[in-house]
Amino acid sequence: MSTTVDDTSRQGSGRATSGAGSGRPAAAAPKAQGPNHKARKPTDRPNILGGLAGWAWLAVIILPIYFIVITAFRSRQDLANSNPLVPSSEPTLQNFVKVLENDFMHFFFNSVIVTVAVVAAVLAVSLMASYYIVRSTTFGGRRLFSLILLGIAIPVQATIIPVYYLIRELGLYDTLWALILPQIAFAIPLSVLIIVNFVRDIPAELFESMRVDGAGEWKILLNLVLPMAIPAMMTVGIYQALQVWNGFLFPLILTQSREVRVLPLSLWEYQGQFAVDVPATLAAVVLSALPLLAAYIIGRRYIVAGLTAGFSK
Amino acid sequence: MTQTVTSPKSDARRRQGPSFLMALPAVLFFGLFALVPLAGVVVLSFMSWDGLGTPSFNGLDTWFRILQEDQTRNALWLTFLFVVISYVFQAPVALLLGVFMAGQQKYRAFLSVLYFLPLLFSSVAVGITFQTLFSPNYGLSPALGWDWLPAQWLGDPNIALLVVIFVVGWCFVPFHSLLYQAGVRQIPATIYEAATIDGAGRMRQFFSLTLPQLRYTIITSSTLMLVGSLTYFDLVFVLTQGGPAGATRILPLDMYITGFREYDMGGASAIAVILVAVGVTLSLLLNKISGSSRMESDKAGA
Repeated sequence: MSTTVDDTSRQGSGRATSGAGSGRPAAAAPKAQGPNHKARKPTDRPNILGGLAGWAWLAVIILPIYFIVITAFRSRQDLANSNPLVPSSEPTLQNFVKVLENDFMHFFFNSVIVTVAVVAAVLAVSLMASYYIVRSTTFGGRRLFSLILLGIAIPVQATIIPVYYLIRELGLYDTLWALILPQIAFAIPLSVLIIVNFVRDIPAELFESMRVDGAGEWKILLNLVLPMAIPAMMTVGIYQALQVWNGFLFPLILTQSREVRVLPLSLWEYQGQFAVDVPATLAAVVLSALPLLAAYIIGRRYIVAGLTAGFSK
Repeated sequence: MTQTVTSPKSDARRRQGPSFLMALPAVLFFGLFALVPLAGVVVLSFMSWDGLGTPSFNGLDTWFRILQEDQTRNALWLTFLFVVISYVFQAPVALLLGVFMAGQQKYRAFLSVLYFLPLLFSSVAVGITFQTLFSPNYGLSPALGWDWLPAQWLGDPNIALLVVIFVVGWCFVPFHSLLYQAGVRQIPATIYEAATIDGAGRMRQFFSLTLPQLRYTIITSSTLMLVGSLTYFDLVFVLTQGGPAGATRILPLDMYITGFREYDMGGASAIAVILVAVGVTLSLLLNKISGSSRMESDKAGA
């Protein structure tokens, strides 16, 4: 039985598509590093070549980030007249002021609303579905699981035109609902996959004894399934939050007006609006990365685990 | 979990399973916004629709037109190049980085924290960053002033695709190297100790121990990379919008431009169907390959 489960989850992950090369974590169990955590001891001879390559890659990673940060603190004249890779001798905050004066916080809160709504709904809906899939004794549970696993293979990009049609027909075009509803749907398959693998590990006796005590299905869901699935829910929550927060395609296609603009789309629009004022655009880019940077500093372990959970099996 | 149906006890349990109401919200969302659009894209590929009015039935016309267009063939070829070159670039770098990050040295732990940074940026943020960095006016080339650096990175049709592939790699290598780091840390230390005693050097250990032990991670990561880059849209769109002169117009961009810029939603849907077909075929193929290798490895392990 357990082998079957493993296989399913692995193949499921194999079919993961959207979210690009970023991929999606599959299966459950963000296992701790395990007993072999300290496995690889540095060998006696230091790996000089490896070390050099490591620092070289750091340069590749850091250079663009360094560049946007120093440019965001420059004035336009300064950018035109000096070497772009040397920090300005007269750093300024005017670019950040300009971005904040152009509704940045409004777009930020739109992103917060959409992300929180999607994640909350996905967690609730997926937990309920996982409970049904694991404990259902009819054929439906299994069939539903295969159907949802199939959903992981659907590339979001390829369905965007019908989604656009549907959203227009529902009269939701250019509202925050247009961003929330489809993103819940596309987050369900992977979330269910991860949560199901956790709920499966709950001993059947626990369900039965709660039944005997007269608990209804809602009580079982809240008092047994939910507490046991918390680690999986955190994984799913972090992963989906990152996806929604940084998502670009849905906002690009399903919204248009300033009122409902979210952060990634706002960067795109700032670039057009500020045009030649490159430092201001880059200030917006830097500001947009700050919330996740803060989250990363506070909860690095959780964020790394949330991104890669299940693959470390 | 599946009980035998014969015993009366299982009948009792059957009645105790949660009702379908539990799954209903997920089914509704998933059905309406994922399954219906999937069917819808096939239907729309036989229609003519400008994105605003009412779609009208068009038969196979759209398909004939799209399949005959050079644009589509070009997009298919570019997509192939994009997927293959991206993989050749990302996979080795991610693997080596993952092995590097799995080391216990202090400086490697420090570097790993910084390697993660690209994952904190949205694709639009990364796109704008590199657009500026590669700008002929205030970017890398004027800053360094080296003659061999191209003045036009993203504006030169001959290298634009390669530059885009590099930027996409910058974005996604960190994620895959995390997978490999976790994979390496699962390898038992004892086999390295034994190999060291046997006199196997670092290279030998990497090729004879680390690589074979990482086979599942390699399969998982490769599948995500290949299928992911096949359908990738965001960053390429922000960087070049398919240009210059169509040099980076891979299938997903071809679909977007055809639909939302040229208002040919039928044609765009046909391209989307091609995308789904290629994607599913690729996934199934990879699953088959990984499935057979898994069986072999099971035998070897037994």
